[in-house]
Amino acid sequence: MEKNTSCSFSNLSSNLGISCFIAFIAIILVRVIYVIYGTGKPLSKRSPQQALSTLIVLGSGGHTAEMINLLLVLQKDRFTPRFYIAASTDNMSLQKAHVLENSWADSSGVKGISAEFMQIYRSREVGQSYVTSVWTTLVATVHALWLMIKIRPQVVLCNGPGTCFPLCVIAFIFKVIGIRWSSIFYVESIARVKKLSLSGLLLYKLQIADQFFVQWPQLQRKYPRAHYVGCLM
Amino acid sequence: MGESLDGVKGKRVVFVTVGTTRFDALVKVVDSQEVKDELLRRGYTNLLIQMGRGSYLPTKSTGDDGSLAVDYFTFSSSIVEHLKSASLVISHAGSGSIFETMRFGKPLIVVVNEDLMDNHQSELAEELAERKHLYCARPPTLHLTIASMDLKSLVPYSPGDATPVAKLINRFLGFPED
Repeated sequence: MEKNTSCSFSNLSSNLGISCFIAFIAIILVRVIYVIYGTGKPLSKRSPQQALSTLIVLGSGGHTAEMINLLLVLQKDRFTPRFYIAASTDNMSLQKAHVLENSWADSSGVKGISAEFMQIYRSREVGQSYVTSVWTTLVATVHALWLMIKIRPQVVLCNGPGTCFPLCVIAFIFKVIGIRWSSIFYVESIARVKKLSLSGLLLYKLQIADQFFVQWPQLQRKYPRAHYVGCLM
Repeated sequence: MGESLDGVKGKRVVFVTVGTTRFDALVKVVDSQEVKDELLRRGYTNLLIQMGRGSYLPTKSTGDDGSLAVDYFTFSSSIVEHLKSASLVISHAGSGSIFETMRFGKPLIVVVNEDLMDNHQSELAEELAERKHLYCARPPTLHLTIASMDLKSLVPYSPGDATPVAKLINRFLGFPED
C-alpha cells in the first residue's frame, strides 16, 4: 500500500511539474504572439511633455554620422534621457556624440547633460577566429543584457552596426517578459542601395523593428514593409 | 578642356583620401607615373595624399622641375580644409568621405577597394556614379578615368534630409505634428 501511495505521489508531482512547464511555455508563446502582433502598431497619442528614454546605437564608419544627422532633426526634449552606446573598439563615435550633446547643452543654457555614454563589448572582431568568437559573443551578449537592464529604454534608434542586433533582440525579449515596452526604429544605412545589411535583414525578417526605414527606392521595392524616406545625408 | 592655365599657373590640388582605412592599392596607383602624368596633363599642379593606416609610402616631390608636387600625411583631425582647397578629390568609397566631399561641391572620383571582403561600399559609389554625381573607378583603370573625365558633366548633389524619418518616428510615438 505504502509503495503505491509514494508512486502515485511522485507521479502527481511530475505531472504537476510537466503541467507547470507546459503552462509556462504557453504563456511565453502567447506573450511572443502578442508582442509580434503589437510590433509596428503606432502608440496612442502623447503630449510633448511625456518624454521617452532613448537608446541610440552608434557605429564606426558612416553610421554615427548618419545617426547624428537624424538626431539633429529630432526634438531633444521629447527624446530624453538619451543613452549612447558604441562598441568598445570604436573611439570616434562617442566623441562625436559628446560634441553634439555639449553643443545642445551650450545653446539651451542648461547645466548638466541629459545623456549618458556607454561602451559595449563586440561579439567578434574582424578576422577573429570562430572558436574564440563563441566565447566573446557570449560575453558581449551578457554585457548587452546588463546595459539594457540598466537603461530599459522606451525608444531604440539604430542604423546598422553589428552591435545593434543583440540590443534589439534584448529589447524584444523585454517586451515579451514585460520588463519594458519599447519602440524600435531601424534606419538602414545610406550605403545600402540594393541589399540590406545583415543586421537590417535579420531585424526585418524577424519583425523585431517597429519601423524599418530605407534610403533608396530599390530597397523599398524589395522589402515592402520598409518605409522609403530618401537620403539622410 | 580649358583646364591648363597658360602663363601663370594657379595651384590646382588633387586631394586623395582613404579615410580611416588602409588602401595601399589606391595610394600606390596614385603615386604611379601613369596617374601623375595624366593629372599633369589635365592641368593639376599638386597631389596631396591622406594615406590613413596604409604601409605604402609615396615619394614626396617639390614639383620645382615642372612635375607634379607630391606630399602625404596619415591622418588629420579634420580634412575639411583640404577638401575645401582641392580642385579634384580622389577618395575611397566610404560614405562619410563621399558625402563630405559632395557637400563642398568638389569634383570626385571614388575608387572602390577590391580587396575588401564584403564590398557593400561599391553599391553606393555605383549608384551615385549612375546619377552622375561622381566618377567611379578601380585602381587599375584610374588613369583612364582621369584622362576621359568631363567634370562639367557632373550633377551637383543636393543634400539629404532627415526630417521625413523624424516625422514618421514622431507620428508613430503619438507625438503631435509640429
